Amino acid sequence: MSAVGEFLTDARLVAAKDLRIEARSRVVTNQIVPFALLVLVLFGFALDADRRTLQLFAPGLFWVAVLLCALLAVQHSARMESANDAGSWLRLSGMAPPAVFAGKAAAVFVQLVVLQALLTVGVVVFYDAAVEDPLLWAVAGLAAAVAVAATGTLYGALASGLGARETLLPILLLPVLAPVLIGATRAYDDALGAAAVDGWAWTGLLAVFAVVAAVAGSLAHGVLVED
Amino acid sequence: MVELRDVVALLGRFPALAGVDLTVDAGETVLLQGPNGAGKTTLLRLCAGLVRPESGSAMVLGHDLTVERRSVRRRVALLGHATGLYEDLTVADNVRFWARASGLGASEADDRVAAALDRLGIEERVLGLAVSRLSAGQRRRTSLAALAVRRPDLWLLDEPHAGLDQAGRNLVDGLIGDAVAAGATVIVASHELDRVRSLSPRVVTVAGGTIARDTGDGGAR
Repeated sequence: MSAVGEFLTDARLVAAKDLRIEARSRVVTNQIVPFALLVLVLFGFALDADRRTLQLFAPGLFWVAVLLCALLAVQHSARMESANDAGSWLRLSGMAPPAVFAGKAAAVFVQLVVLQALLTVGVVVFYDAAVEDPLLWAVAGLAAAVAVAATGTLYGALASGLGARETLLPILLLPVLAPVLIGATRAYDDALGAAAVDGWAWTGLLAVFAVVAAVAGSLAHGVLVED
Repeated sequence: MVELRDVVALLGRFPALAGVDLTVDAGETVLLQGPNGAGKTTLLRLCAGLVRPESGSAMVLGHDLTVERRSVRRRVALLGHATGLYEDLTVADNVRFWARASGLGASEADDRVAAALDRLGIEERVLGLAVSRLSAGQRRRTSLAALAVRRPDLWLLDEPHAGLDQAGRNLVDGLIGDAVAAGATVIVASHELDRVRSLSPRVVTVAGGTIARDTGDGGAR
C-alpha cells in the first residue's frame, strides 16, 4: 500500500474508532448538545430576551457556545487515549502520528458539524434569527470546524501530556482560537445580515487558519505524544 | 534480539535505569524480578521503544532505539499495568481495532481476532459487552487477545498473571508457550517468581535501575 493509502486507512480507522466510542458513550448527545442549547437559552436570559439584541449578537453567542462545547469534545477525545494508557498502544501500533492526528481531528470535526447544525436550529428558534446566506453560513462553519478540530486535537494532546488536561485545556486553547471566534462571528454577521461586513473575506481567513492548524497539528502531534 | 549496553533512561529527572547491561537472544524467555521501583517496567517500556535511552547502546530487533524506535514498535507486544483498552468499546471492537491498527487487512484481522479470542478463552457472550462492564480478569484476557493478534516477535509482559484466576493464569502460560514455539522472544516481569519460574531457567534481578543478578550470565555483574 502506498504511503498516502496507508495514511488514509489509518486516519479512517482512528476516526471510526473515536466516533464509535462517541456513539456508545453518547457524550455529545447526552451532555454536549444539551449544554450547548442551555448556553444559548442562558444568553437569552442574560440579554433579557430582547429579540433585536439577540439577533444582533446571535453570531457571537453561537460561536461562544460552539467553542465552549468544543472544549468538552476535545477533552473527551484526549481522555480516550490517556485512559488505560491506550495512547501508548497507539504508538506501539506503528501508525504514523500524522494519521492518528488526522483521524482524531476528523472525529471531532464531525461532532462539531453536528453541533453547529443543532445550534443553527437553536438560534433560529430561540433568537428568531434568519439565515440570509446559507452558503456562507455553511462554508464558514465548515472552515471554522476544521480550525477548531485541528487546533483542539493538538492542544488536547499537549494538555494531556502535561497531566492537567481538565483544567489546563481551556486556558491553553481558547486564546489560540480567538481568531477563529472573531472570523467566524464576522462571517456569520454577514450570513445573518446582522452587520455590513464581507463574510467571504473572513471565511477566507478562517480557511487559512484551518489549513495552518491542520498542517501544524500533523507535524507537531507526533512530537507531543512522544515521551 | 535485545542488546543493551550501559543504558541510562530517565523518568523526568529520575534515572529509572542507571547503566543496564542485558542481552536476550532470539527465542529466549527471560524472567525479570526485583522490588517495586527497581526499574522493571521502565526496562520493558524501553525495549518496546516507548522510553528513549538517554545514553548507552540499545539495540532491539536489530534497530537502534535512539533513532529507530518506530521500527521496533510494530513488532513488539507490551502488556503493562494498564489494559490499553477503550472502556466504551466492546471486547470484539477493541480486539479488532488493535488488529487493524497493527496494519492487518480486514479479513486477516477477522481470522486472527477469532483465533486470539478462542485462545484466550473469551466466551462469545462477552464479545458484545463494553470493556467497562468486564471484570479485571476478563480485561486482562482481552488485552492479551489484542496483543496476540499482532503475532509479535518480542513479547514484553509486566505482571501478566495479575488479576487472573487459575484458569486465566494457565492460559497466559499457554500463550507464552505458543509465542516461544513460534520463535518469539519473551521477557516477563513478575513478583510471582515461583509461578513463572517454570517458564524459563533464566532470571534477571533488577535493583536500583541496574541488573543486580543474571542467572543466564554466570551470576552477578
